[in-house]
Amino acid sequence: MTPNYGITGSGPGPDPIAMKRPIKVVVAKPGLDGHDQGAKVVARALMDAGMEVIYTGLRQTPEQVARIAEDEDADVIALSSMAGSHVPFCEKLKPLLEGAGLGDKLWVIGGNLPKQDHTRLRELGFRGIFPSSSRLDDIVQFVKANVA
Amino acid sequence: MNERLKLRPAANESGIEIQPSYGPQDVERTGGFGFIGEAGAYPFVRGIHPLMYRHRPYTMRQYTGFGNAADTNRRFKYLIANGQTGLNVAFDLPTQCGLDSDDPLAHGEVGRVGMAIDTLRDFEIAFEGIDLDAITVSLTVNGAAPQLIAMYLAMAEKRGYDVAKLRGTAQNDILKEFIGRGTWIYPVEPSVKLVGDTIEYCARHAPKYSPVSVCGYHIRESGANPVQEMAYAFCIAKAYADEAIRRGLDIDEFAGRLSFNFNVFGNIFEQVCKFRAARGLWAKIVKERYGATKPESGWLRMIAGGGGGGLTFEQPEVNIVRGAYYALIAALGGAQTMALCCFDEAYTIPTEYAQRISLRTMQLLIEEMGLADTVDPLGGSWYVETLTNQMRSKMEDAMAEVDSQGGIVKLVAEGAIQAGVSAQAYRMQRAIESGEFRKVGVNCYRNEQAEELDVQMHPYDEADAKRQVARLAEVRTEREGPRVAAALASVRVSAESGSNVMPAIVEAVKAYATVGEITQLLAAVYGRYREPVRF
Repeated sequence: MTPNYGITGSGPGPDPIAMKRPIKVVVAKPGLDGHDQGAKVVARALMDAGMEVIYTGLRQTPEQVARIAEDEDADVIALSSMAGSHVPFCEKLKPLLEGAGLGDKLWVIGGNLPKQDHTRLRELGFRGIFPSSSRLDDIVQFVKANVA
Repeated sequence: MNERLKLRPAANESGIEIQPSYGPQDVERTGGFGFIGEAGAYPFVRGIHPLMYRHRPYTMRQYTGFGNAADTNRRFKYLIANGQTGLNVAFDLPTQCGLDSDDPLAHGEVGRVGMAIDTLRDFEIAFEGIDLDAITVSLTVNGAAPQLIAMYLAMAEKRGYDVAKLRGTAQNDILKEFIGRGTWIYPVEPSVKLVGDTIEYCARHAPKYSPVSVCGYHIRESGANPVQEMAYAFCIAKAYADEAIRRGLDIDEFAGRLSFNFNVFGNIFEQVCKFRAARGLWAKIVKERYGATKPESGWLRMIAGGGGGGLTFEQPEVNIVRGAYYALIAALGGAQTMALCCFDEAYTIPTEYAQRISLRTMQLLIEEMGLADTVDPLGGSWYVETLTNQMRSKMEDAMAEVDSQGGIVKLVAEGAIQAGVSAQAYRMQRAIESGEFRKVGVNCYRNEQAEELDVQMHPYDEADAKRQVARLAEVRTEREGPRVAAALASVRVSAESGSNVMPAIVEAVKAYATVGEITQLLAAVYGRYREPVRF
């Protein structure tokens, strides 16, 4: 059975001199939220910056996000949440990512994320928090600077 | 010409070049004045009614719903007390995706972005004390529309209304959910079949009820330009009309009950001309392609408003001003119904305060600004008539392109439309970030201090979700088990046989079957949608 998520693509590919593979990002839409314009725009920006992006499509459970991130050996797990359920979702996701050995990867989240939730999201392991109005170049730069 | 004027964009978002001035020769060059006609007469460019707002002002219908049915009922009554004339109901995501509140997949989402509905009991509470003849209700639901339409009709009937005379609207436009908004459940083809079932059922049993509101709105929010917004919506409307006609319905039996939902953000003149052009184009399609003979079959009855894609996170108070212009656009565009996104919507579910400002904005135009005094006040402007002609011809081109590639159902199933609009959304975001496309407060006239403190957040109460789950458990215990089982078995039989599932769903909801129980049965027959991810 083919995986139930999209394989997207990447930008120019690995730098032949450094011989490093491109940064691999799983962009996921958590929960039932159907607003995917932002996730797709960010996915394109990351691809344009030369990263490999796996976009999950909508309606991913915490278990699915963790499994895809593990299967794809992702460097970055990026969530896009517009419908307010980010905290309960991330509370479930954190132990699953850790259990899959992805605790040292870069976790980032963007979308409609009220300021009052940022501390909690950091506690849950999200190092990059990009609320509505964040700039694409800032997201790209943050990812490049923070992937080990 | 001074430097500032030179810097202005020479084209609108739909790619039409804008001249510094217009004269009668520009109207002639683009198709003439011939297609304009009179308000209330074919092709209805100037409005679907001869007197428009003089006869009846637009209905004001703010999008509202959160928590459980009792919470939402209180907000409904607040808005009605403040002069709102219709209701536009927001459901939470579990309801919209066909899940019950006690489903594990609903965890953390019950009552969050809308009202939770599990059974007819919730509908009874939500509309308690509201006169359904005086206040028409629009249900913003798509994937789970068959159940929720059935519940609305059952609730009204139980309260003594004659369903044959009941007015109201369901959004029920599933094809656009695959492009934007995302509350699909079943694969594309059975989803369209279900829309056909609701159109057929309502045409035969609730002929005043509008079973579908075809939405360009969310396609625009997803990245389409104004021409594509209308063109894709009309392609979708044609797909539903074709489906209804396959059932043996005559176009005149249902077309007059199709309604539309469009966006308003952007250039004022482009938006107003979009509506004028679209009215003429839809009337022409319904008459020429489908051979409708009743004039009202070709009426583009629409809610125009929202404008979320144009509002900004930065300097949220400025969104109040944007909202005022959006309302002006909808009024100049001849909308039957209006709703506005509130200034705080980039942050939160709107507060009562924000909702009241939006409502007052729409009331101002009628009461103080003279927008209800005369029909199509921009008609006859050389600029407006030229642009209306140009927009209509671009919409026809965009529709022809979809048809030449195999039609909207195929392009949506393949993910091609989605890929196209999302590529445009990316280009627009880049143009905003580079400053090429100007957004006040975003890429010019920024304030750098923290702004979020100005917005009061709508509280999400976990206890509401618990109460909802408790009520569902109570209904499951109290309802007549054998009656529910028999009704659900009929739903399954009708789905398997390929006949119209609506009569069986209506009986099932009357027996207090849940949204989720019915969804599971239908999904067992139709399967579930798998999203084609294409870039």
